[in-house]
Amino acid sequence: MKPRIVGDVSSLPDAAFSHRSLIWWGVLGFILIEGTVFVLAGGAYFFLMNHSTPWPPHRVPPELLLGTCFTVLMMLSEIPNVWADRAAHGEHLRQTRIGLALMTLIGLALMVIRYFEFQTLNVSWDDNAYGSIVWALLFLHTVHLVTDWVDTLVLTVFAHMHDLERTHFSDVADNCLYWHFVAIAWLPIYALLYWVPRMMK
Amino acid sequence: MTTALPREADPAEITAQHAQLTRTWGTGQSLFERLATVDHKIVARRYVITAFVFFVLAGVLALLMRIQLAQPDSHLIDPDRYNQLFTMHGTTMMFLFAVPIMEAIAVYLVPLMCGTRNISFPRLNAFSYWVFLFGGVMIWIAFLMNAGPETGWFSYVPLAGPEYSPGKRTDFWAQMVTFTEVAALAVAVELIATILKQRAPGMTLARMPLFLWAMLVTSFMVIIAMPAVMLASSFLIADRLIGTHFFNPVEGGDALLWQHLFWFFGHPEVYIIFLPALGMVSSIVITFARRTIFAYTLMVLALVTTGLLAFGLWVHHMFATGLPHLGSSFYTAASMMIAIPSGMQIFAWIATLWDGKPRFMTPLLFVIGFIVIFVLGGLTGVMLASVPLDLQLHDTYFVVAHFHYVLIGGAVFPLFAAFYYWFPKFTGRKLSERLGRWNFWLFFIGFNVTFFPMHILGLAGMPRRVYTYADGLGWESLNLLSTLGALMIGASVLLFIVNAARSLKQGEPAGDNPWGASTLEWATSSPPPPYNFMHIPVVTGREALWQPEPRQVLEGLSPAHREVLCTSALAAVPDIRQHSAEPSIWPFWTAIATAIWFIASIFDARAVLWGSLPVAVCLIAWMWPTPPRVLQQRTAP
Ligand code: HEM
Ligand SMILES: [Cu+2]
Repeated sequence: MKPRIVGDVSSLPDAAFSHRSLIWWGVLGFILIEGTVFVLAGGAYFFLMNHSTPWPPHRVPPELLLGTCFTVLMMLSEIPNVWADRAAHGEHLRQTRIGLALMTLIGLALMVIRYFEFQTLNVSWDDNAYGSIVWALLFLHTVHLVTDWVDTLVLTVFAHMHDLERTHFSDVADNCLYWHFVAIAWLPIYALLYWVPRMMK
Repeated sequence: MTTALPREADPAEITAQHAQLTRTWGTGQSLFERLATVDHKIVARRYVITAFVFFVLAGVLALLMRIQLAQPDSHLIDPDRYNQLFTMHGTTMMFLFAVPIMEAIAVYLVPLMCGTRNISFPRLNAFSYWVFLFGGVMIWIAFLMNAGPETGWFSYVPLAGPEYSPGKRTDFWAQMVTFTEVAALAVAVELIATILKQRAPGMTLARMPLFLWAMLVTSFMVIIAMPAVMLASSFLIADRLIGTHFFNPVEGGDALLWQHLFWFFGHPEVYIIFLPALGMVSSIVITFARRTIFAYTLMVLALVTTGLLAFGLWVHHMFATGLPHLGSSFYTAASMMIAIPSGMQIFAWIATLWDGKPRFMTPLLFVIGFIVIFVLGGLTGVMLASVPLDLQLHDTYFVVAHFHYVLIGGAVFPLFAAFYYWFPKFTGRKLSERLGRWNFWLFFIGFNVTFFPMHILGLAGMPRRVYTYADGLGWESLNLLSTLGALMIGASVLLFIVNAARSLKQGEPAGDNPWGASTLEWATSSPPPPYNFMHIPVVTGREALWQPEPRQVLEGLSPAHREVLCTSALAAVPDIRQHSAEPSIWPFWTAIATAIWFIASIFDARAVLWGSLPVAVCLIAWMWPTPPRVLQQRTAP
């Protein structure tokens, strides 16, 4: 029997924001995956900590200065990030462009700080298990930082080359969502790297 | 297009649309188009065939081991080679066959069952296949060059650490894990998005076929479980290559960390293989009993609970490591509890068959074989869940027998059922029923002849992973029997291949819905056209195709460019027309770059850094947004 056509979807929009868009679910999926990685790596940190005293084995925790600078800037970056997110949702081209450019610059600054942060850990990855897990955590977070920075850069370049359609604004919003993740994921890692060793002393 | 609705589809319009949609969604014959294709059906077909080839290869290794063990004091294979054989067998079966083939079948079926035109992230899907292929080929080339891994499929440290496993063997193993897990994670994300956002209008969660439920739960399990083994294998390779100390007790590391991370993945892994199989079984039972499933809601709950409980159980692989007492009892209880949802599902299938009008064709035979074997395997599993018994039987052939009952009974039998059931949809032709029965009985008998004696051998004290054993221990005849059984399984699989090859050309033409099934993949032609469905089906009840005629559909997706309909996650109300990615060669290049990156870092640790640059370049080319000009051309009338 022939099918009966009971409706027409051609008037539906061809792009939308957040949970209405397919890409958003993809981003969420990857956040879940990477969140799991962070949780497990954090678990490994505690596991190793319980198996060696003192912690750190040579009693010198990482320097506070750069790690804390990074944390402050990371948290401050949430202000332009939220702003860019709003601009994208409102489909305001100029503000979105500014927001993206700003986020690219901030990301760059964060990566520079991060580069030096690695040098103030007071331990190398091949000294002991403590050093290994500390480097692993910082490395993992850096991978996310760099990945999202590259994505932001691509969007920034694109946004300055073209006018944007709703689907592009939606991409920008998803990128902001991912940045939230990179920022929030940092806080527990910061605590693990910088404060737990101080509390254990 | 503005004629009054509802109306009947007009044949002239159907012909015209078919031509246009085929142009929009089709994949040409040139090499470039084949490499660039993002059609989920083509990718899935490759995935299934590749995973099946790995199954056959691992099966050949199993036969070699069985031939070696057929007689005592045998020296066909030396101990080192034997170590590589069982490691490669286990590794290939678990990482390159069981999980990938389940996901591959889902990549084919899920979009069709949802009534949509392509999977959610078609390029990611293509990438996933290539990465999987390269990882598998890499480890097999290493094996053929006598650099195959040798430390067992779970590569326990310190055995797999830098000290006791020098050379590159274990490094290949660790990178192979990373390859396959990247592939599996990508597919999991695609499946979740497809199931939640691309279901046909009207297919509320409460009307979702059980196979979709099974894949949804499985995909979430993949997302939670696979990162653990990726992290573990990265730690391992770092210990081996750049001198970290995660597992080195001398510098504050701990070998138990490996075991925790590995089994946090390894135990759910079994359910990641098993849940899709349960979904397949439900589909087949419904079709061949010709009635709806008994206790649908309980079945869904059982799938979800199995998924949750599976994570509480990893520690039971470590009873022999001496855990605190209370801990052990807890995990024993949890291990036994997981029998409840499985038992419930078995009960529901039997009730469904009992109350229906079952047709005992090959798919159903394999399902019944599954139920029988699985119940036996479950019993021995509950035995092992008790700590004292586990300590006694740890690392004996009793364990080998147990997990083959679970894995082959729980996954391979349903899988063969699925082959017979969906082959007509994949190819347009049915498999031979006569050969199918031979296939089944040889497998069923061969399987029991192979693995039942192993229980007794285990109780008699025969350890696993030994390349030979002395004469006079009383193990000879049972081992010989086991080898004969393995040869029967080999013959059975060969028969299946013959059946598939012949039926591809000469099989009985299937038509759209040869079994009179109720799910949406049967609402389109066999094999489906590149665009899957000309009109988007509307679902009005749990068994979509068993609702009163005529079937209801929607129109209005563009035939001129790639669009899929997104619906709301719970109630499946039409929401947006989402663009679906065009074919692209970049996923292929990204996979090549990824392979270079992973393999190069085995030989030079600095490649971890420089190797990521080509990957980044390829990714940017792949993900570069479509400029608005192109978008507007697309939507212009
Ligand atoms: C089809 C027929 C099969 C036969 C005849 C077979 C035979 C064997 C044998 C003889 C061993 C143990 C060797 C030893 O401990 O010395 C073994 C180990 C194993 N098999 Fe199979 N097998 C088959 C299928 C499968 C399947 C379908 C899977 C998984 C989906 C599987 C997974 C494993 C694993 C994980 C191990 C453990 C490897 C290790 O010890 O590291 N096997 N198999
Ligand atoms: Cu387990």
